[in-house]
Amino acid sequence: MESLARFLNKLRIYSHREDFSLELDEEMAFHREQREEDLREDGVSAEVAHHAAMREFGNAARLKDQVEEIVGFSFETVLQDFRYALRQLRRNPGFAFAVILILGLGIGATTAIFSVVNPILFKSLPYPQPDRIMTLQEIGSDGSHLQGTFGMYRGLLERTRLFESMAVLKPWQPAIIGTRAPERLDGQRVSASFFHVLGVAPALGRDFNAADDRRNGPNVVLLSNALWQKHFAGDPAIIGRQVTLDDSVNDAPIQRGSYLVIGVMPQSFDDVLAPAAQLWSPLQYDMSTEFPAWGHVMRTVGRLRPGVSVDQASREINELGQAVLKEQHPVSYGRHVQFITSSLQDDLTRSVKPALLAVLGAVLLVLVIACVNVTNLLLARGVQRRGEFAMRAALGAGRSRLIRQLLTESLLLAAIGGAVGIAVAKLGVRALVTISPVGLPRVGTIGIDSSVFAFGLGITTLIGLLFGLTPALQAARSDPNRDLQQGARSIAGGNRRTRGALVTAEVALALVLLICSGLLLRSLERLIAVTPGFDSSNMLTMQVQTSGHRFDDNDSTFRFFDQALEAVRHVPGVTTAGMSSELPLSGDLEEYGAHFEATPTQTADSDSVFRYAVTPGYLETIRIPLLRGRLLNDHDRSGAPRVVLISESIAKLRFPGVDPIGKRIGIGPDDGQPFTIVGVVGDVKQMSLALNQSEAVYISESQSWFADSAMSLVVRGRGDAAALAAAIHQAIWAVDKDQLIERVATMDSLLAASEAQRHFALLLFEGFALVALLLAAAGIYGVLAGSVAERTREIGVRAALGASRSNILALIFRQGMRLTITGVAFGLIASIAASQALVSLLFGVSRLDPVTYLGVIVLLIAVSAVACWVPAWRAARVDPASTLRAG
Amino acid sequence: MAKKTDLMPGTLDMLILKTLTRTPLHGYGIALSIKRISDDVLTVEEGSLYPALQRLLLQGWVKAEWRQTETNRRARFYTLTLTGRKQLSRELSQFDQMVAAIGRVLQDA
Repeated sequence: MESLARFLNKLRIYSHREDFSLELDEEMAFHREQREEDLREDGVSAEVAHHAAMREFGNAARLKDQVEEIVGFSFETVLQDFRYALRQLRRNPGFAFAVILILGLGIGATTAIFSVVNPILFKSLPYPQPDRIMTLQEIGSDGSHLQGTFGMYRGLLERTRLFESMAVLKPWQPAIIGTRAPERLDGQRVSASFFHVLGVAPALGRDFNAADDRRNGPNVVLLSNALWQKHFAGDPAIIGRQVTLDDSVNDAPIQRGSYLVIGVMPQSFDDVLAPAAQLWSPLQYDMSTEFPAWGHVMRTVGRLRPGVSVDQASREINELGQAVLKEQHPVSYGRHVQFITSSLQDDLTRSVKPALLAVLGAVLLVLVIACVNVTNLLLARGVQRRGEFAMRAALGAGRSRLIRQLLTESLLLAAIGGAVGIAVAKLGVRALVTISPVGLPRVGTIGIDSSVFAFGLGITTLIGLLFGLTPALQAARSDPNRDLQQGARSIAGGNRRTRGALVTAEVALALVLLICSGLLLRSLERLIAVTPGFDSSNMLTMQVQTSGHRFDDNDSTFRFFDQALEAVRHVPGVTTAGMSSELPLSGDLEEYGAHFEATPTQTADSDSVFRYAVTPGYLETIRIPLLRGRLLNDHDRSGAPRVVLISESIAKLRFPGVDPIGKRIGIGPDDGQPFTIVGVVGDVKQMSLALNQSEAVYISESQSWFADSAMSLVVRGRGDAAALAAAIHQAIWAVDKDQLIERVATMDSLLAASEAQRHFALLLFEGFALVALLLAAAGIYGVLAGSVAERTREIGVRAALGASRSNILALIFRQGMRLTITGVAFGLIASIAASQALVSLLFGVSRLDPVTYLGVIVLLIAVSAVACWVPAWRAARVDPASTLRAG
Repeated sequence: MAKKTDLMPGTLDMLILKTLTRTPLHGYGIALSIKRISDDVLTVEEGSLYPALQRLLLQGWVKAEWRQTETNRRARFYTLTLTGRKQLSRELSQFDQMVAAIGRVLQDA
């Protein structure tokens, strides 16, 4: 505690610092002279007395230092240390730059990645008791995940005892008309209890109730806060007003009309099931005209009663689900369907979790490598500065003062590195969000994670303190005399071994990262080499949507698409064009049940298949090969016998050794007319290049049991198909200018987008692996260069004793390569273990793929050979005469 | 450097204050006086003396002024202040208590 008097005294001294210093000098000089005089009076000779007095008095500079510390304010020495530290860093900018860069990158990259991963994987959903919210899915006989059917939802809802509420939902893209230019919005059609399942209530107005969610119920809508602000300026009087929405994209019921706004959701509400959703309307499922037991298009969610475990719920749903199936499909019941009940959190993150965890692991490795590198740099610098510290100790710097000095330097480095780290993290997060694949959940909540940043900064600072201090402790412990004489040349063997071990660790870690990214790269290569089953090159695709009351009946919808297609075919430059309800690798997913009749070898069975309702010309344009029979043509219209093309996989699975042509299958509702198989076509990748799910049927659009209100157009032309986009727009609008054209993309870009997630992981891994490789190379170079500088004299002696340049070159080179090879050996073991974590991201490549391992090892050794060569070459140039003379 | 008899920690300030009760002295004089009175048992190192004097100055227990010595040289003389005197008596009574306590323990042993 500093009393007021003390403080004032200090202040007085502070303002007369010069005088104080002079007086102290004089006082000490007086002391020494007085002692000298006394000694002389005792009969000691003048010279001896002088030296004795000097010696007895001891180190005047240190004494003065101590006194000044007592009378000075504590910030003064801090400032002094700070100035000195800055000077030190400026004197050695290469070192400072390297440390700051490594720290900045390490801290920044870790913070950025963790900031992205944390909200997605680890932060719980923004709803009350989020662990009670479940999603329900079915697993088909081929192991694929399916959404539920409306019939299943109703069946489960009637029977469940463990769920408090359940809801189904499906996407909805109405256009809002009136207030501004028409705008297509993302929304959801939900059953009445959807918001109850989430545990969220509107901020204004009311939630949906059962009366809203009936067939032919009232047109009501809930708005998001953002939509309310944007279109209605946040006017609370919006409740009870009508808005005009055109939602004709959805199958049925087709509606363009007035919707009553009944509420506005809270600003904080984040619909994790559809992050872009801005409005919600009741599902109003029509049990009488639709086919509730078919169409796996309903996302099903439920809220568990308190205290019910996921396991209990899972068992209940499986049991009840089987009962519902038996009731709904009495004929075909018996196929293996399983139900999965998982928490919404797990369901949302399941697809991205492996990639994100792998990336997180990679960035942690980079942080470790960065730490190792900084440690190495600090140790090397400590050795270089031994002379300096010995000098300062001899000149009277106390041990605590030296340590404090080094602490200041380390903290300064850590602080600047941290500042760079924040900048890197900010840029990194922004870049990551930008390049993140579409469909990464909860991207909106991503921000810099301050606790992670603190962690990264803390770790690196700790390392700085620990290893930056070593030289000071050594200097304080060791004999200044010897260190001064030997200067930086003397190096503790222990230190050199430590640094060697660190470099080995760096090489090993870099190898792990390189092998992981190598495996991912090879997987991506394999994937790209997978043929999607059609010719994706130079093909333009777009989705054409019908809207308006005049499409209320199927025939006018069919007619519009026919006319639009015809118009497109007449666009100059277009060679072929066709339409399909479903486009491969576009995210479209439309599955229906297919019923196979009993054959002599197989019993009757049902399975879900992809349904492609196509126009003639679609298969020709996309170039799916015809294997048997014929393709669809203009005669396969409504009224004509229903025909179907099946994929090769169905032919193999359902008609082994039999000619499927002429056989009949039921598709869709049980009561429909069966389809006759007229052709077999090649398999197509629908969901992803990596998935083999390819059982598909192609029917003629006009023979379908309902008219799709949106069709994807595929166009091939002479030259660049993408250049035709504008002309095609015009042609379609010439038929009907009110129709929406969306999702314009080349097939190649759809193909790339379908692998975006893998690409994303690969991109990050490549980045990290590159950084790791550079850091490892820098580490090897640093250690060898330092070692050559320290051993200049020894090398000179060797040269003088007859060692040739190549001998010396080999000596240093071997030293570096030994570190590399040891690192590679450890790295191999670590890689074999680490690659286990990547398995789910790999495709067509074993995690122990020898080509990758070999390639990476060769690459790493080559790079480190270059890093070794430079110092070795420098060592070989050492002039023996000059070094020996200098020593 | 020869090994010196270490002072008990915290006693240096007290010794300096006590030495100054008789007459103002300069730093060298204080060191000499302590050494002489203790029959050469207690040696005050310059390395502790001058920092200690600055500490006492800051606390306001002593004050310093430049004066002429008997040999006509300029030296900084330290004088005990009133608060210094109070501090000394406080420290002395604490010291006495401690010595008595140590004595009792040693006798008992």
